[in-house]
Amino acid sequence: MSAPENNETGPRIDEPTGTATMGHEWDGIEELNTPLPTWWLYTFYACIVFAIGYCVVYPAIPGIKEGSHGTFGWTSRGQLASEMDAAKAARAPVLAALDATPIEDLPKNPELLAKAVAGGKAAFKVNCVPCHGSGAAGSIGYPNLNDDDWLWGGTLTDIQTTLEHGIRQPGDAATRTSMMPSFGRDGILKPADVQDVVSYVRQISGQEPGNASAQRGAALFAANCVACHNPDGKGNRMFGAPNLTDKVWLYGGSRTAIAETVTNAHAGVMPAWGNRLSPATIKMLAAYVHSLGGGEAFAAPAAPAADAASTGQ
Amino acid sequence: MVTLVSRAGIWLVLLLLSIMASVAAHDTAFAIQAATVAVACLVGLIFAIRSPDYQRVSRGLAAPTGDASKYDDDVIRWGVIATVFWGVAGFLVGVVIAFQLAYPQINLEPWFNFGRMRPLHTSAVIFAFGGNALIATSFYVVQRTCRARLAFPGLARFVFWGYQLFIVLAATGYLLGVTQGKEYAEPEWYVDLWLTVVWVSYLVVYGGTIIKRSEPHIYVANWFYLSFIITVAMLHLVNNLTIPVSFLGSQSISWFAGVQGALVQWWYGHNAVGFFLTAGFLGMMYYFVPKQAQRPVYSYRLSIIHFWALIFLYIWAGPHHLHYTALPDWAQTLGMVFSVMLWMPSWGGMINGLMTLNGAWDKLRTDPVLRMFVMSLAFYGMSTFEGPMMSVKSVNSLSHYTNWTIGHVHSGALGWNGMVTFGAIYYLTPRLWNRTQLYSLRMVNWHFWTATIGIVFYAASMWVAGITQGLMWREYGADGYLLNSFADVLPAIHPMYVLRGLGGVLYLSGAFFMVVNVWKTIAGSPLRAEAPLYNIEQNKANDVPLVAQPAE
Repeated sequence: MSAPENNETGPRIDEPTGTATMGHEWDGIEELNTPLPTWWLYTFYACIVFAIGYCVVYPAIPGIKEGSHGTFGWTSRGQLASEMDAAKAARAPVLAALDATPIEDLPKNPELLAKAVAGGKAAFKVNCVPCHGSGAAGSIGYPNLNDDDWLWGGTLTDIQTTLEHGIRQPGDAATRTSMMPSFGRDGILKPADVQDVVSYVRQISGQEPGNASAQRGAALFAANCVACHNPDGKGNRMFGAPNLTDKVWLYGGSRTAIAETVTNAHAGVMPAWGNRLSPATIKMLAAYVHSLGGGEAFAAPAAPAADAASTGQ
Repeated sequence: MVTLVSRAGIWLVLLLLSIMASVAAHDTAFAIQAATVAVACLVGLIFAIRSPDYQRVSRGLAAPTGDASKYDDDVIRWGVIATVFWGVAGFLVGVVIAFQLAYPQINLEPWFNFGRMRPLHTSAVIFAFGGNALIATSFYVVQRTCRARLAFPGLARFVFWGYQLFIVLAATGYLLGVTQGKEYAEPEWYVDLWLTVVWVSYLVVYGGTIIKRSEPHIYVANWFYLSFIITVAMLHLVNNLTIPVSFLGSQSISWFAGVQGALVQWWYGHNAVGFFLTAGFLGMMYYFVPKQAQRPVYSYRLSIIHFWALIFLYIWAGPHHLHYTALPDWAQTLGMVFSVMLWMPSWGGMINGLMTLNGAWDKLRTDPVLRMFVMSLAFYGMSTFEGPMMSVKSVNSLSHYTNWTIGHVHSGALGWNGMVTFGAIYYLTPRLWNRTQLYSLRMVNWHFWTATIGIVFYAASMWVAGITQGLMWREYGADGYLLNSFADVLPAIHPMYVLRGLGGVLYLSGAFFMVVNVWKTIAGSPLRAEAPLYNIEQNKANDVPLVAQPAE
């Protein structure tokens, strides 16, 4: 780093800084012979010392079979495992209590219920949000879970069964299932008949005033639909048949949408979560969905699988 | 005449070959890309036939010689125009994709969805805007600081036009869905091969000019430019080792698989930042800042130490992009500690740039071009502090996969690379087109402020968005469950996405001031009537290669 030192004609001293130049010049650009800034140099050294120290403490040196382990034997996988173990251990008492508590008894233990709802909320975000939406409000074809309109029942046990066995899942004997005929496509009803049925459905749901078409539709409804949707049109949870007299529509309540449903029918599905999630997680999810606002008490129409539970509140 | 015929013949052969490739192509995308090459060959053929220099042809001269008493500045003039053009194009696409993220309805399937537009934006700003700026300024700087004309002038012209063809093929390929899926290395195998040819030619021209220099020493700017050219060649070759599925198809399979592929990709990706966006632009800084400040470089010693430290340390820092992944822990550790050690070597460039203003700080009040350089160095310093900090594992566990990374990259790209390039363009334009000064220095000032405010909006909104994301993703409730789903985070950061788009609009509007200013300067319009600002005198007598002077 020796500057050309010729005392007679030596490098020019730069006036504003009082520093010698290096004596070179490129296109008018000169360079000053300023020493390295001390703070810069020592910070650089400090970074190097830190780096060496870090390499001693943490795995850093590659080897033929495996790298160095560092003084504490830290590994990123090990850190993850220990954090996950700690989290599991923290949740273990709640999960054990949930496993030991039949879901019917959950409302009697408000503290455990609150923890179940919190856990269910998290599990919902991971598993259910893609279809039911982050606010559980659903969308066309995916039910809104915030309201009190239930296809397959809204008590804790109903929801638990639906979650565990899913909807229309082949291979699961207890799955929720039913099959609405495609009245139009399969020729059971002629297109004009479909329109009449639609008129009737829109009349009982209060969207259209009654007229001749609706009157014809009433007869067709009585002949074709009441087995599942009930004579009063309020549906039947055994078949997941929706209530047609309210304002809640899974596939839309416009003329076009209802005509489409009557013509081609829908058969929505949901996975059987019992195959994927632990029983405790399913209980938590049921508790969460039940808590969203529309959960029904056990006094309501007894669910088929919940005979023993009908003593609940 | 022989030259004319052989040139036209080469173009014709290339034209026929590319038409054949287009016809026989395995997929539509490759057919369109080959047709694009055919159009380029046709343009080349037309120019070869239509504008021969008959005088030169009659004298039997093979290559253009030009006036040996002046520097060879044609390519640099084209480069300045290309830089401005691609800059505006790249910023515009950036604004569009910013709003695509805020308002997904703007995604126009399939050609203009975010997935295809995003590499179009990154390649346009890094390789088209930044690359043209680097090629143009490196050719300008190497001639002046070596006092020698460009070696291989014909090859220099090939470098420019070949590089533009690379850009067009890459950009149209992205929109057609042609991609290797490697960040910043998206172009497919045939475009990579073409770029290799262009880049080696660039090295030959640049290295050749240094070898035939008239100065005894090689100026520091040239060390940086040379390290950029050599290292980018190495990175490009290794990361793009792929096996084409068909020689007439647009797909290839990477040579590397799994975590090895990820490591090679980020060794490339990080050093694309290190050598393309840092070393190359430091070369630019080391020439234009002392020229604009009219001051000596602060410290020769610092330039040596920080150059070698930067070159040695940067190349190992890539693994910090793969913290907490399948990459072995030892490699993650090394990636982190090399990044931490890189902090001071990076700052060496900032110190040397800023302290060069010692004795000239008063000019900041009146010289908007110098102001641009200083703001650029300030952003360089900020992002080269932020980078090592984000490479620390515990910080990275919060920042990784969030918009913080996007904010970090843009404070470097918009602040450092953008501002230093704008400054260089404002320095070069009047000199290259032989004007006394820019059309308007006030307009440079407007550009400075719109760009600066735009960057502040951009970086601040992305920092807030990134930290929000990082904190919400890891937020646990008292019962030990995650509180937020991925979708919950999106409404929280949506306002930040809109603000980011606004920052981009400001930055883009600044670039429009530059377009007007550069256009009017080149066109020779009368200077804009405005209150005067500081304009440095040009030393025209000194701006000639040494060889042209009579021997003593």
